[in-house]
Amino acid sequence: MSNLQSQDYIRISATTITPPSARSTEDQVAKLIDVTRCIGCKACQAACMEWNNLRDPVGEFEGTYDNPLDLDPHTWTLMKFTEYENPKGDLEWLIRKDGCMHCEDPGCLKACPAPGAIVQYANGIVDFISENCIGCGYCVKGCPFDIPRVSEVDHKSYKCTLCSDRVAVGLEPACVKACPTGAIMFGSKTDMKDWAGERIVDLKSRGFENAGLYDPPGVSGTHVMYVLHHADKPQLYAGLPENPKISALVEFWKGLVKPLALGGIAFGVVAGFFHWITAGPNEVQPEDEAEAEHLLASKNRSGPDPSRSVAEETP
Amino acid sequence: MSYPKGTIIRNSTPARINHWLTAACFVLLTLSGLAMFDPLLFWLSNLFGSGQWMRAVHPWIGVVLLLSYCGLIIQYWRDNIWRREDLDWMLAIDKVIVNEEEGVPEIGRLNAGQKFVFWSMTLLVPALFVTGLVIWEYYFGSATSIETQRIALLLHSMMAIAAILVWIVHVYAAIWVRGSMRGMTQGYVTPGWAWRHHRKWFRSLVATNSSGPHPNTDRSAQK
Repeated sequence: MSNLQSQDYIRISATTITPPSARSTEDQVAKLIDVTRCIGCKACQAACMEWNNLRDPVGEFEGTYDNPLDLDPHTWTLMKFTEYENPKGDLEWLIRKDGCMHCEDPGCLKACPAPGAIVQYANGIVDFISENCIGCGYCVKGCPFDIPRVSEVDHKSYKCTLCSDRVAVGLEPACVKACPTGAIMFGSKTDMKDWAGERIVDLKSRGFENAGLYDPPGVSGTHVMYVLHHADKPQLYAGLPENPKISALVEFWKGLVKPLALGGIAFGVVAGFFHWITAGPNEVQPEDEAEAEHLLASKNRSGPDPSRSVAEETP
Repeated sequence: MSYPKGTIIRNSTPARINHWLTAACFVLLTLSGLAMFDPLLFWLSNLFGSGQWMRAVHPWIGVVLLLSYCGLIIQYWRDNIWRREDLDWMLAIDKVIVNEEEGVPEIGRLNAGQKFVFWSMTLLVPALFVTGLVIWEYYFGSATSIETQRIALLLHSMMAIAAILVWIVHVYAAIWVRGSMRGMTQGYVTPGWAWRHHRKWFRSLVATNSSGPHPNTDRSAQK
């Protein structure tokens, strides 16, 4: 995405200064995907392609409803279909719209080494600013949901923008507008949680006692939330992680290792400098040359070859 | 190349070319690697044209470094075999560090510090290469699991920092011990330098009428 909102950031990748944040009264937004009302029509997928001008090359048919099979640089949202046989022996067709979850604590942004390539706006949207992206793929390692995809053509990383361009001018994301059943809602995060609460009460009254909201606390909540019939088993929905967190390896790498490493390098250089000004250089003394000459001379006296030519041959 | 009369060849011409190719790669990898490691140093990416260029070129420099370092291993491994006097030298490190030569055991062509640098890099360079392949997004981005890549990225960073620390020791030692740098640039040292720092090596050269860097094994030359 281009960088539309320049004065209301919460976070900017690879930047230690406080981001411009004067416009801080903005409402946090959220997209609520009510999986229980999804009919799998893929209108959201088509709307995403249309609004963002994405055209994935025609792929191969693999015998499933998933089309394409996985997210890619041209596919920022994807319906994932799961056939689940519940304990009663009934078939449930679980359809989840996969895509960026817009974490409140984004792992992609934490891992990113390029200043300003990933930003989080005050409204909570996590956006890739492609002109700053260097294509290293660190965001892929940072993401707990396996979302970003690096293009092999332009070496930029891509994912759902939550239609930050539309939201910036007061419109709902394209997928929300296209959804024919109202399974995708958009608004302030508070409103979306209230609405989800009503839905969950309704679902429980209809026998889905484990119905619930997916707003994982491990990443401080997300700005894309799901209403699930089986909130106790999110993995049923094409492997939605149960308790997503930024990997401890990434936290360690971007946390403790960074200052320790730079400190260690600085210490090495400073230690060298202070050694130089205290012990000083180790210089060859005239006595050393004399001793060496003495040894050479004694060898030459004893040996039958007095014309020892030192260092004249080419190696 | 010819060397001034009366000097000793410390490093042969092929070895020096090999060394400086490796050094150039190492410096470029350090600059680009640190730029990707800590955002405070991201400005170093400008030295490579842009962040994209830096990201693209870093792994290729790594490939060249690996090949180049293999050359150094082939040329230097024999002189880096650990010997009994190396331990004595390490025990006398307090004297070495303050430029006191009395009581420091005579050592061969390379001392324990140099051997430490050699073996550290011999372990780190291939390990950095392998972990680097795992995180080489363009060619191997989908070859391993994301969790494997996270481990590789963390290991690659930490081993790179270790290599940089070893490199600082290496560079400072070359500045500190006067005459060493010329031994690697022009390739020769004076007999006094050899006597002072690598006496056992010097004795072996004198005993075999060799002008360095290795004692003559040819019997006729020893007569």
